[in-house]
Amino acid sequence: MTFVPAVSRRHFIAGSLAAMGGLTLGFHVPLPGRAAAEETAPEINAWVVVKPDETVIIRIARSEMGQGTLTGLAQLVAEELECDWARVTTEYPTPAANLARNRVWGSFSTGGSRGIRESHEYVRKGGATARAMLVAAAAAEWKVAPAECTVAKGVISHGASGRSTTYGKVTAAAAQMAPPADVTLKDPKDWTIAGKPLPRLDTADKLTGKQVYGIDLQQPGMLNAAIKACPVFGGKIRSFDASAITAMPGVRKVVQVDEATVAVVADTWWRAKTALDALPITWDDGPNKDLTSAAIADMLAQGLEAQEAFIGNENGDAHKALAGPGRQVTATYAYPYQNHATMEPMNATAVWTAEKCEVWVPTQNGEGSLAAAAEAAGLPAQQCDIHKIHLGGGFGRRGAFQDYVRQAVLIAKELPGIPVKLIWSREEDMLHGAYHPTTQCKLTGVLDEQNNLTALHMRISGQSILAAVRPDGMQNGKDPVVFQGLLATGPENEFGYSIDNLLVDHAMRNPPVPPGFWRGVNLNQNALYVECFMDELAHAAGQDPLAFRRKLMAKHPKHLAVLNAVAERIGWDKPAPQGVHRGLAQIMGFASYVAAAAEVSVTDGRLKIHRIVAATDPGHAVNPAQIERQVEGSFAYGLSASLYGECVVAQGRMEQENFDTYEVMRMADMPPVETIVLPSGGFWGGVGEPTIAVAAPAVLNALFAATGKRIRTMPLKNHSLA
Amino acid sequence: MARLTINGTTRDIDVDPDTPLLWALREQAGLTGTKYGCGIAQCGSCTVHVDGVATRSCSMPVSAFTPEQQIVTIEGLSPDGSHPVQRAWLALDVPQCGYCQAGMIMAAAALIAQNPKPSDADIDAEMTNICRCGTYNRVRAAIKLAASGETPASNG
Repeated sequence: MTFVPAVSRRHFIAGSLAAMGGLTLGFHVPLPGRAAAEETAPEINAWVVVKPDETVIIRIARSEMGQGTLTGLAQLVAEELECDWARVTTEYPTPAANLARNRVWGSFSTGGSRGIRESHEYVRKGGATARAMLVAAAAAEWKVAPAECTVAKGVISHGASGRSTTYGKVTAAAAQMAPPADVTLKDPKDWTIAGKPLPRLDTADKLTGKQVYGIDLQQPGMLNAAIKACPVFGGKIRSFDASAITAMPGVRKVVQVDEATVAVVADTWWRAKTALDALPITWDDGPNKDLTSAAIADMLAQGLEAQEAFIGNENGDAHKALAGPGRQVTATYAYPYQNHATMEPMNATAVWTAEKCEVWVPTQNGEGSLAAAAEAAGLPAQQCDIHKIHLGGGFGRRGAFQDYVRQAVLIAKELPGIPVKLIWSREEDMLHGAYHPTTQCKLTGVLDEQNNLTALHMRISGQSILAAVRPDGMQNGKDPVVFQGLLATGPENEFGYSIDNLLVDHAMRNPPVPPGFWRGVNLNQNALYVECFMDELAHAAGQDPLAFRRKLMAKHPKHLAVLNAVAERIGWDKPAPQGVHRGLAQIMGFASYVAAAAEVSVTDGRLKIHRIVAATDPGHAVNPAQIERQVEGSFAYGLSASLYGECVVAQGRMEQENFDTYEVMRMADMPPVETIVLPSGGFWGGVGEPTIAVAAPAVLNALFAATGKRIRTMPLKNHSLA
Repeated sequence: MARLTINGTTRDIDVDPDTPLLWALREQAGLTGTKYGCGIAQCGSCTVHVDGVATRSCSMPVSAFTPEQQIVTIEGLSPDGSHPVQRAWLALDVPQCGYCQAGMIMAAAALIAQNPKPSDADIDAEMTNICRCGTYNRVRAAIKLAASGETPASNG
């Protein structure tokens, strides 16, 4: 059994005023991001360092947050380099180094399932170029033509003369060679390292406690900061009484970080948090103090009927078709706010002087962290740097949003030369998220006399992420990202159905709650809306949901292929086991085609998900084992959201402050997942996010088959299945 | 001040008695493998063993412990990562981000110590730790592998 103490979260505060004589034992951990290898070996190029002992260091610009990109990108480089995979290690270059070298490593941004699909070509070229330079160095020493040399696992051979050498032996000479003007990349069908289900490179230290996360960082003389911002969105600090806590043990400084935020710096984080909890603060709740989720829902409901809307996809004349003959089917769906809830709360460690600012941070976007640090530091970016650390979860919270970096630097600025580690409490993390946006969707379809779908209007109403976060990405006021999975054409998000009269439009309604990119982003609710409604239409037409979809998918063979794959594997054409019912869903997102089939039963009002079958066509599969893990994890994330995920706004703030009220999926809820990876080649799709979107509709469609209940408002926990 | 026995060594730790064991481990003892996730015994990231029982250290003050109680953290589960649960985790490449995994491993090791052949229902009931990456199915498989006694020495 696990002993779970029954204590309230406030249990320790009462004793916090007791004197604590504390001593933080300093201990050193190697800091990630330092290119230690350069001390012993020069780089071959920006991507590859070979040490004389044959260790191959591959530089990885994208962040590792569990999604496996670190291993996948290293496989792509190693494939072209033809080194010994057993000797591969990795390191992160720093954003300042990227800046100083004219962005030689390209983008550091790690989101949108782009880590591999948008950098595969230049990282492979990096590996191929390094291979050419290493071979050229050996060939020059032997005075033979490089083309006469072969490479296997880092051993260079010249067959004609019987000579051979190793990468480690020629690394110094190779570093001096001119890089070839161009290199030819391997055909993926010839891959021997990439494309294989290799184990991750970063597992061992995660099993023993050795892996250092940002929250674990220790530096000599380091102080710790706890932070609290006004819990009401848009609120500010009216006043606080620092004198009430300055004598508490360990407290060094109380810092007003900005107009809404105050931090306490102490020798340990627990003392900082204890003092912060004791700090008398009066808030000015501001203009949103009466905001509720119900008021937001009303605002969105008005958008469902509004005249003005941005058009995302249009074919034929849906309005005319809706006014004409045929049977109308209408339904309205709604999707709530949700928090990313990374297991590692937000944190950053900063040290500031008038000349330099350095930050150690788990970040999905090192360059974004650098920009935030420089701005807060009041220094040019060239005088700042970011040391990236593996993330304890990202899910979109740690990319576009660098609030914790800004705060850490502003706090450190008050204590020049002293490293300060800022850690958010879980409560702070829950109250100051970048929430999955809330939307509603009214869908109206028209079935003709033969029960063919002749028209579909999909009116989305709700929040735009870009309007709040990246206004430069707007197109004349329209947020194109709102239409993920619903666009007419394009390599990322093509709608998988051909409908004669189609209109997908968006009435933008932006409540004063900060939205963010949340793993899967807008594909999550869009797939839920369209795939549950397709199921509704199929039932209204009296047709099998798979057959109904297939009629509309003839011009979308890749969408259809993954749908057919899950239908076949789950045995759609055969009866389900007694009491078990099935549902289907498909969508395209992040340039991949995904589908899911679910088997569920409901007993005494309780849902049990017996089995999930998922299919993914990402074009190329760089590591099939990691894709399986991403697909499984996507079901945990997507089902967690649809079963439980909800942040409720009341009195202008989120009600949920921790996992006791913000429930997430645990082991007992997790269904078995069978993953089918179907790389059809010719394109590069992402795998970290798309499958999330089909999790909920597949299960909800199966739930309808089991109960006749159509759940249209998330999450499921708010509905009775009895 | 607290006298605690951590990973086999009894030591005096200069800390306020109300400090949760988690933070004494992390900030005074320097053992950061045990993680903070929620602070209210909900998520299990902070799981350690106390006399062999999986215990959520974020919600127990150090004053609740005696020097006789054996506190074991992830750093002390085995000297070299060779505990059968750790070997099973390596063989199945379980972690994704890894942040919750120390707590998962400690909970799994305690489960198997008390119930050498846990059923799926036993695993569901006892493994209530939260993983946001969604490693649950591989955690389950790794527990079964560890319980089978057939854990490979390594996956290399």
